[in-house]
Amino acid sequence: MTVHFSRLAGATIATTLTVALTACGGAKVGDSTTTGGGASAQAANCGTFNLAVNPWVGYEADAAVVAYVAEKNLGCKVTKKDLKEEVSWQGFGTGEVDAILENWGHDDLKKKYIDEQKTAVEAGQTGNEGVIGWYVPPWMATKYSDITDWNNLNKYAAMFKTSESGGKGQLLDGDPSYVTNDEALVKNLKLDFKVVYAGSETALIQAFRQAEAKKTPLLGYFYEPQWFLSEVKLVKVNLPPYTAGCDADAAKVACDYPKYDLDKIVSKKFADANGPAYQLVKAFSWTNDDQNTVSKYISEDKMSPEDAAKKWVDANPDKVKAWLPAK
Amino acid sequence: MITTTTTAAAPRARLRRQLSRPVQAGAVLVVWVALWPLVRGRDTLALSPADLTPLHRWLNDLNDTIGANRNSNPIFLYVINEIRAVVGAFATFVQSLLSQPSFGRPVPVLGWLGVVAVVAYVSWVFANWRVALLAAAGFVFFGLQGLWQESMDTLALTLAAVAISLLLGIPLGIWAGLSDRFNRLVTPVLDFMQTMPTFVYLAPLTLLFLIGPASAVIATLIYAMPPAIRLTAHGIRSVPPTPIEATESLGATRWQTLTGVLLPMSKRTIVLGVNQTIMAALSMVTIAALIDAPGLGKTVVKALQTLDVGTAFNAGLAIVVMAIVLDRVTTAAGARVDQAGRPSRFRLPLKVLLGVLAVVCCYLSYTYVWAAEFPGEGSAGSALARGADAVTTWAQDDLSTATQAVKNAVTLLLVDPLQALLTESPWWLVGAAAIALASLLGSMRAAATTTVCIGLLVGTGLWQDSMTTLAMTIVATLMVMVLGIVFGVWIGRNRHVDRIIRPVLDAGQTMPPFVYLVPFLALFSATRFTAIVAAVVFAAPVAIKIIADGVRGVSPTTVEAATAAGSNTWQMITKVQLPMARQSLTLAANQGLIYVLSMVVVGGLVGAGALGYDVVAGFSQGELYGKGLAAGVAIVLLGIMLDRIARAAAQRSAAKTRPR
Repeated sequence: MTVHFSRLAGATIATTLTVALTACGGAKVGDSTTTGGGASAQAANCGTFNLAVNPWVGYEADAAVVAYVAEKNLGCKVTKKDLKEEVSWQGFGTGEVDAILENWGHDDLKKKYIDEQKTAVEAGQTGNEGVIGWYVPPWMATKYSDITDWNNLNKYAAMFKTSESGGKGQLLDGDPSYVTNDEALVKNLKLDFKVVYAGSETALIQAFRQAEAKKTPLLGYFYEPQWFLSEVKLVKVNLPPYTAGCDADAAKVACDYPKYDLDKIVSKKFADANGPAYQLVKAFSWTNDDQNTVSKYISEDKMSPEDAAKKWVDANPDKVKAWLPAK
Repeated sequence: MITTTTTAAAPRARLRRQLSRPVQAGAVLVVWVALWPLVRGRDTLALSPADLTPLHRWLNDLNDTIGANRNSNPIFLYVINEIRAVVGAFATFVQSLLSQPSFGRPVPVLGWLGVVAVVAYVSWVFANWRVALLAAAGFVFFGLQGLWQESMDTLALTLAAVAISLLLGIPLGIWAGLSDRFNRLVTPVLDFMQTMPTFVYLAPLTLLFLIGPASAVIATLIYAMPPAIRLTAHGIRSVPPTPIEATESLGATRWQTLTGVLLPMSKRTIVLGVNQTIMAALSMVTIAALIDAPGLGKTVVKALQTLDVGTAFNAGLAIVVMAIVLDRVTTAAGARVDQAGRPSRFRLPLKVLLGVLAVVCCYLSYTYVWAAEFPGEGSAGSALARGADAVTTWAQDDLSTATQAVKNAVTLLLVDPLQALLTESPWWLVGAAAIALASLLGSMRAAATTTVCIGLLVGTGLWQDSMTTLAMTIVATLMVMVLGIVFGVWIGRNRHVDRIIRPVLDAGQTMPPFVYLVPFLALFSATRFTAIVAAVVFAAPVAIKIIADGVRGVSPTTVEAATAAGSNTWQMITKVQLPMARQSLTLAANQGLIYVLSMVVVGGLVGAGALGYDVVAGFSQGELYGKGLAAGVAIVLLGIMLDRIARAAAQRSAAKTRPR
């Protein structure tokens, strides 16, 4: 037994040595760890920048470009955190999130975290305009040209019937992240429709995609800027126009959604420190077209956020320059 | 439960009573349906999705208060923060070993070669060389998919959660196994942990434990720990009394009895608990990604933002492969515990030799780049993604007309009538019928539980939504049972079919639902039917596995006797195998139901509305938080109610068939 064992051990050591020797040709870990470089001089005063990334492509486009510029031009160490909106706001108080780059309204959260807990502050608008409303696939707008006027919706209601809508027309709602007045709207505009809750953005996009491909009728809640609109150009239905205060009483709403000026929110600590990353966030502003371009790189061209950001930044040096803190 | 009677007339009376119970239950249903048109639409307790009750508002305020006092409350300062620090440090340590750049190096301590070597070695030592080979192949596959780092992140968090689950779960399980009182106390808590939708506690969790590995691990272990506790307790309880009495009569202390008899004899069940804990932890991967847990879940979530089914499928497949590897290794380890014979004389030297080899691989992967970072571009991954995309496109374009017709038919004939009966009846009528059915089919105790649950459901303010969800749950569970019986019998009778179908079943249980739900949404639209299908995909595998196990458990002598008596295949199945596997059928129905309920929230994401949507909306919008929490509680209540009725009914029928 012992003889046997020592022979085996000998064989092992031999094998080990052989393997180790043949391996010596390879590069060792830690030989060339210096990646990035360049902006290291500035790194000291920028430090770590915790950026919340909310789960939609438009936001990811914002985050990609801001993170890219912060790393390359300012030498920050950017930590992106994939979080839902509510959780991101909580992160301001616990010090784990420095900035939210694309906020859609959320007056309740503003009240709670900016006015009451005083852990967050506003950092200006992104330059993007958010539109929420009811949309139909483009084939319907072409075929039934008057469908984009809400007054005519009842005329077509029967077309929109589905297994879920209980004999009425279906109004497909429900990315649960957004506030909707749709039940009140249907009631107050006396529409022969029933609100059906799809429950996720994925479900809404898939429904519109299928409706356009199969030329089936669909009326649904949607919003822009959104990457999907560059694939299928949905057409907005005009509800009675929004006037200031027409949505004050949620039960009596009978007008369209307001336009949202999407804005940036940062933690109070981050704003008070006033470092280069904060100045970048505050100065960051671009158009819907800019965002759609980067979103398209990510969603359709399947580029990584870093590559997409690099491509856009390289093509738009002037815009980027305007965001950078004055030297 | 069953009163023993001695008079001769009693058995006949009891027989009559037992026979008439299903008839009475039928009568309850008939009365309900007859009353329905008369009272339809009255007292239905409807609440529209945007509306709140005072209870929901109060829960909102409670949540806000906790958040606002986070930094001043001593419980936070001294308890929660300490837990977070310990769990976080442990999780970060495992990550630094496997997945994250650590100790000032650009790569983790162990590279791919080291991990593969260790996994293969450990699998061989605790199980056998066949699963060791499978494990090594599975792990190399992650690299070929281009998902090495993501897979290791997932593995690290899973291992951390499983380790803590077992560290706490096994002692608690032993306690529950030894003490009836503790067992009674802990069972509803475990029910709660398993059926409360994660979305309900995910946001508060990040408030308590902050964003980071600690929250991800804790979210995972809340769901993953119950199987470890339950199965350990079950194992200890199943040890026959004779050996215990024997040791005690020899003067052994309680500790000696535990370590010398109880634990060794329940080892196999405890290993099964470990196995189930791992599976449960892996099913949390995509949810944990919503609070920034790194790994495969993130890849899935990101890909689905752009409806990139191919990429999501690739990552989902890695989760499935990891689940299959870990399942087969733990199962084989459990089986070996059973047949621990005398090891061969070469085993020890071989153990040392291979151990040294594994250490060498670890050293290489620590030192050299080629062994640290998986080489190649992950081309297998992109090929898989393209394949999945092609299949999806084909299904969406060519099948959807037919599938829409199926969806419409099932909805019209099955879902709509049931939902109308449940949601349009007054709540008191539904409640009375449920209590009557519980006492007729189950027991008085079940009826009492049902009464409490009905009362609390009304109290949540979400009665009508609960009934809508209940209707879908019933339809889904029926479908699960049909599939369970058809496939369970098939693979129970045929080992070859089993070998082919079992990985598919594993995939159904561990593939993140949204990966297949995107094509399903195209096939069936955002509807209640899609939600039902999602639940069936997840729940049917469990039912199939349990029924197959039951069919296989029918003794060969019985089967041979039936064959000798000239039974054909159909008679064999319907007259011998299914009736003999009756216990398994009940267990399958019970587990199928619980699994269907755990998909309610996913259903809410694809058009189910009702409780599932309430939970999702509560997670997304601060103002709806309290309503989401109430909806989560309603799901738990439905689960407890249905489970207790089904269990009582099963006990009754088991008692009925018991030979006297």
